Amino acid sequence: MNIHEYQGKEIFRSMGVNVPDGSVAYTPKEAVEVAKGLNSDVYVVKAQIHAGGRGKAGGVKIAKNLDEVKQYADELLGKVLVTPQTGPEGKEVKRLLVEEGCDIQNEYYIGFVIDRATDSVVLMGSEEGGTEIEEVAAETPEKIFKEEIDPVVGLMPYQAKRLAFNINIPNESVNKAAKLMLSLYNVFVEKDASIIEINPLVTTGDGDVLALDAKVNFDSNALFRQKGVVELRDLDEEDPKEIQASKYDLSYVALDGNIGCMVNGAGLAMATMDTINHFGGKPANFLDVGGGATAEKVTEAFKIILGDEGVKGIFVNIFGGIMKCDIIAQGVVEAVENVGLEIPLVVRLEGTNVDEGKKILKESGLDITPATTMAEGAQKIIAAVGENK
Amino acid sequence: MGVFIDKDTKVLVQGITGSTALFHTEQMLEYGTKIVAGVTPGKGGQEVQGVPVFNTVEEAKKETGATVSVIYVPAPFAADAIIESADAELDLVICITEHIPVLDMVKVKRYLEGKKTRLVGPNCPGVITADECKIGIMPGYIHKKGHVGVVSRSGTLTYEAVHQLTEAGIGQTTAVGIGGDPINGTDFIDALSAFNEDPETEAVVMIGEIGGTAEEEAAEWVKENMNKPVVGFIGGVTAPPGKRMGHAGAIISGGKGTADEKIKTMNACGIETADTPSEIGQTLIDRIKKVDGLYEKCLTVK
Repeated sequence: MNIHEYQGKEIFRSMGVNVPDGSVAYTPKEAVEVAKGLNSDVYVVKAQIHAGGRGKAGGVKIAKNLDEVKQYADELLGKVLVTPQTGPEGKEVKRLLVEEGCDIQNEYYIGFVIDRATDSVVLMGSEEGGTEIEEVAAETPEKIFKEEIDPVVGLMPYQAKRLAFNINIPNESVNKAAKLMLSLYNVFVEKDASIIEINPLVTTGDGDVLALDAKVNFDSNALFRQKGVVELRDLDEEDPKEIQASKYDLSYVALDGNIGCMVNGAGLAMATMDTINHFGGKPANFLDVGGGATAEKVTEAFKIILGDEGVKGIFVNIFGGIMKCDIIAQGVVEAVENVGLEIPLVVRLEGTNVDEGKKILKESGLDITPATTMAEGAQKIIAAVGENK
Repeated sequence: MGVFIDKDTKVLVQGITGSTALFHTEQMLEYGTKIVAGVTPGKGGQEVQGVPVFNTVEEAKKETGATVSVIYVPAPFAADAIIESADAELDLVICITEHIPVLDMVKVKRYLEGKKTRLVGPNCPGVITADECKIGIMPGYIHKKGHVGVVSRSGTLTYEAVHQLTEAGIGQTTAVGIGGDPINGTDFIDALSAFNEDPETEAVVMIGEIGGTAEEEAAEWVKENMNKPVVGFIGGVTAPPGKRMGHAGAIISGGKGTADEKIKTMNACGIETADTPSEIGQTLIDRIKKVDGLYEKCLTVK
């Protein structure tokens, strides 16, 4: 789960991570009010959307007085920002962060991630702050330093200092930088984050160390114990169909093709997309109905798929393990009867209770095309969608 | 034979009184798995499907001699359940539970360091040695005894591959689902290494997916160490970067973990890969036909 930069900074502030003073604003008037309360001559007005690359897209403005704060707030609110991470349709700016400017001496990158290779949380740092860290990793990997963290003792001060020295933070600021990293690690662990990135971390003219940006992702599997984090969710930033899907514990990702997919299991769902592509079709989505699906869940899955106007046909591909084929079949029949299906439907069933499942589909009298393999099903739905054009 | 489990394996079920566990306990018993105990704290002394229930893993092990545990407890309590079984010094813990917080798994992995207990999973379909012992949630009937080992990050894709093999007359030794989470117990290399040493296994199918670099590392290992043919498949060739494809581990991030990269490395290390999941079985058959008499030997399903 993602949150906005200003929300990340509020968490940081409350847990001892040094960030610039500032606050959220929903209107130009609020932006000016926030700026008035800051002890600064320069203000930064930052568009708050759940995507990186805002600076280059014109979403970050430096204002030298309150009039400029108002002017930039007017300009940014309601504007659609297009960054490499938003996709071509962009995202509308509905919230701003107004904060004090600071006297930046140097910019660095630090981040905490889950490292699969060492099964641990790793602190990464680089002196190439402000740029894309992926580029640094690809072009100058020797400029990225890592500290592997033992969960028993947590991030140790010597590790934080070693990283600070390695990325050439000036000696007089190393202790402050280390303190910031130690506090950030506490945020990571206590809030069940999955990624925290600070790009840039800055040192200032008076030797201070500040997190100038805050990118925080949370482990969606841990939200059951993070009620405070759940409250920060901004539904405006998410795909409405993905929100609907998550209510029913369905895993859904919208894509731009015309063949709706309903599959059980993430691996099979991905492989189904691959197969449709392989035979020249375009999947409209990734949808994993999961293990414990009920007829109700299957009906919801159908509604979500059909909610995408681009969908011209549906391919249901089920290999039952936990999932019983008769339940899926019953769900498909109920869903088709409920929502009234007017586009081609191909169903491929295999696994637990497969014969009962096939029987239910056959006896329903509905216009459902059966398939015995994934490849056959993909080819049948592609052909059917082609004919319907 | 096969790896990790066989017909003599004594199994206990953690969380046995939950509805999913009950359904699968019944299925496992039907398959012939020796389920000797269940564990649900507070329900010790009861009996479900003829299986005695205990309050703790330690007690269940002491009373029944169980050496393997399978976990169906809900995600918030799963890390605790894994550590309980490791503390009781079971040989193997198979964790079916999905959606376990990743920081819980960081702690679990640290706890397991230096312990004798092997973990398979979490978020996996389990392990099955065909016609001997089924531990997990896979449909038993598709598995038939033979000489091909299967190791996979994805449950349903494992079924897909096994089904194709069986339909083509190729039986299996053991199918190991290692799970779709970023941090898991047994990895590809552990499973491949076990198959390499198993006298019954003659060839292996490995099924990976986008995210991480486990497949690349396994491919390098195969090139250096494996003395049996290995074929593979990678799911997610067409997955867009930055989007998590269901599994917590299945995401292309920072240009790492793409299917193309994995396939390239596997091919370079002598692992032939199937273009579509429907061709996994055929890819294995084509590969073993290149070794004198191997195809005939592997044709065990009547």
